[in-house]
Amino acid sequence: MVQVQVQAPLSPAPSGAPVPAVTEPLWKIRWRLLVRGFRQNWEVFRESRIGLIGLGIILFFGLFGAAWPIMMHFVDPNIYNPITGFDPMSMPHPSPPSLRHWLGTDPIGRDILGQLMYSTHREFLIGVLAALITVVIGTLIGTVAGYYGGFTDTFFMRLADIMILFPFIPLLIVVGSFIRMGMFEFAWISGVLGGFGGITIVLKSQALSIKVRSYIDAAKVAGGSDFHIIRAHIIPNVMPLSFLYMMFNVTGTILGEATLSYFGILNIDMSWGMMIHTADSAGYLISFDQYWWLWLPAGLAITLFCAAFYMVGRGLDEVVNPRLRKR
Amino acid sequence: MAVEKLDPSPITQTKPLVQVDRLKKYYPIAAPFRRAVHFVHAVDDVSFQIRPGHVFGLVGESGCGKTTTGRVLVRLTNPTSGRVLLEEKDIFRLTKLQLVQFRQSVQMMFQDPYESLNPRMTIFDIVSEPLDVNGIGSLREREERIADMLNQVGLTPPQAFLFRFPHELSGGQRQRVAIARALVTNPRFVVADEPTSMLDVSIRTGIMQLLAGLREKLGISYLYITHDLAVARYLCDDIAVMYLGKIVEQAPAEQLLRHPLHPYTRALISAVPVPDPSYQRPPVNIKGGVSRPVDPPPRCRFYERCPLATRRCANEDHPPLVERDRGHWVACYEV
Repeated sequence: MVQVQVQAPLSPAPSGAPVPAVTEPLWKIRWRLLVRGFRQNWEVFRESRIGLIGLGIILFFGLFGAAWPIMMHFVDPNIYNPITGFDPMSMPHPSPPSLRHWLGTDPIGRDILGQLMYSTHREFLIGVLAALITVVIGTLIGTVAGYYGGFTDTFFMRLADIMILFPFIPLLIVVGSFIRMGMFEFAWISGVLGGFGGITIVLKSQALSIKVRSYIDAAKVAGGSDFHIIRAHIIPNVMPLSFLYMMFNVTGTILGEATLSYFGILNIDMSWGMMIHTADSAGYLISFDQYWWLWLPAGLAITLFCAAFYMVGRGLDEVVNPRLRKR
Repeated sequence: MAVEKLDPSPITQTKPLVQVDRLKKYYPIAAPFRRAVHFVHAVDDVSFQIRPGHVFGLVGESGCGKTTTGRVLVRLTNPTSGRVLLEEKDIFRLTKLQLVQFRQSVQMMFQDPYESLNPRMTIFDIVSEPLDVNGIGSLREREERIADMLNQVGLTPPQAFLFRFPHELSGGQRQRVAIARALVTNPRFVVADEPTSMLDVSIRTGIMQLLAGLREKLGISYLYITHDLAVARYLCDDIAVMYLGKIVEQAPAEQLLRHPLHPYTRALISAVPVPDPSYQRPPVNIKGGVSRPVDPPPRCRFYERCPLATRRCANEDHPPLVERDRGHWVACYEV
């Protein structure tokens, strides 16, 4: 039944040149496999409406942000610059939406639509950078804690407990009061704080469930070091989950940024939170129907942007957890 | 000491490849912030030898310590006491260089082919892992070696399997990949932990033939762990029956199956299903199930379930393994 070729391993091939088993360079094959895996995951992702909607919104914001530098070529920068602009023609400020200013102007005469567009790319930058830092730290700590257990585990889990218990925003307010917190400072501080927090616990539990699989034992029997096992076996298997949490983290970071900007703690020239802060500090946040163009566009942008990343996360959830699939 | 007495018959007298000497593995029953006072005696004073090219079967119910024994033999678990010698070197006292050699010459096969292959790695990466981590061969050599290995385990043509993922293969094919991975470093000794128990009967035969064929061809010794006497009979030269961490009977395979002495072995053999509807099963005269060997009392481990038990079995410690026939060892006062 089983045809076994009579040939001892390690001995050279019996006659002539050995038949090449792999006819292509390895990286080419690996690249093809990667593309194929990506395509298969895309098929699953596409079936979840919610993920596609989220991706659509993110794409929209991407185009929206990219349109700003192009738009500035066609309009007068003295009027439409989101930070230094001023429009003397549509007094008094804040002026309601008009053909000249589609979303009106703010209390000091700057174009709201311009501010909204200008802020978009920085929201992307802050959100993705902070989430990336969070996920890298969380994945490393989570897998190491899960794999080694014992003291390492206890130490990082208690640290995570403290991070979760710590009021995040008040902490950042305190930190912001004694260092100058610009965009990048905020991104890495919130990234690091997030990285030692809840995500470690989730990834550690995932690492624990992978650690007991027999392929880990097989790697140990083969002589793999701890580093090899974490790098080659544990991290690739928690990676989808990390990626998922990255999406949810973008949401958290943007919300944090908006809150801190609103309190006027971040040293940022313009952001969506800052727009609401400007309206508030000038005393225009009085009622829903008056001066709505000062807070509604920015508020809506924050909500939609956060929701979009959350929805993409939900869509990815179905790729990562096959049990959620409807099939 | 039992090891010295376990002299193989003069015809096949060669130096043993693996010597297990009074191996013990106790697991503490952990209580937080307190010293463990109770221990599970998973493996309790086990000694045996495996000769080069031989297959040594370890048979027993689940929870009797056979897998723990196997894991100690490949250094996945440290023993509580006792020694394991591979070619007369203590495997727990190796220098760094010896350890690297040890990792190549000893491998393990696992029970569940759905768990023993990393789902994110291709077959190529899985099989080349033992070569990778030990830095053996160039990429080119590894490619050829892996293709050759897949050929030998019956995954032909290898090109069709190299860059598949485990979930694209059937259970039998996965187990063949696992075998290829275990044999790729050309090991001399392989611990096979029930590699056929998760497979369909039809596929099982193929895997067993493959293991037997590779053994003859490559001269590998196996420690074959199984609960299935039929599998053990097909593959093994010697069989040891384990019960609650102790070897209760050990003999050449045919001898053990034809003339079992220990009451537990007899019960095991009489419990093997026979494909004959009119077959009258002799009454199995042991009662109860395997208990957990937590701090076992100093008497025969089989006392509670034994049909032959006498006062002596209760009052004296667990009986020692004594040779009743040539190469046939039994641990029982009453047979």
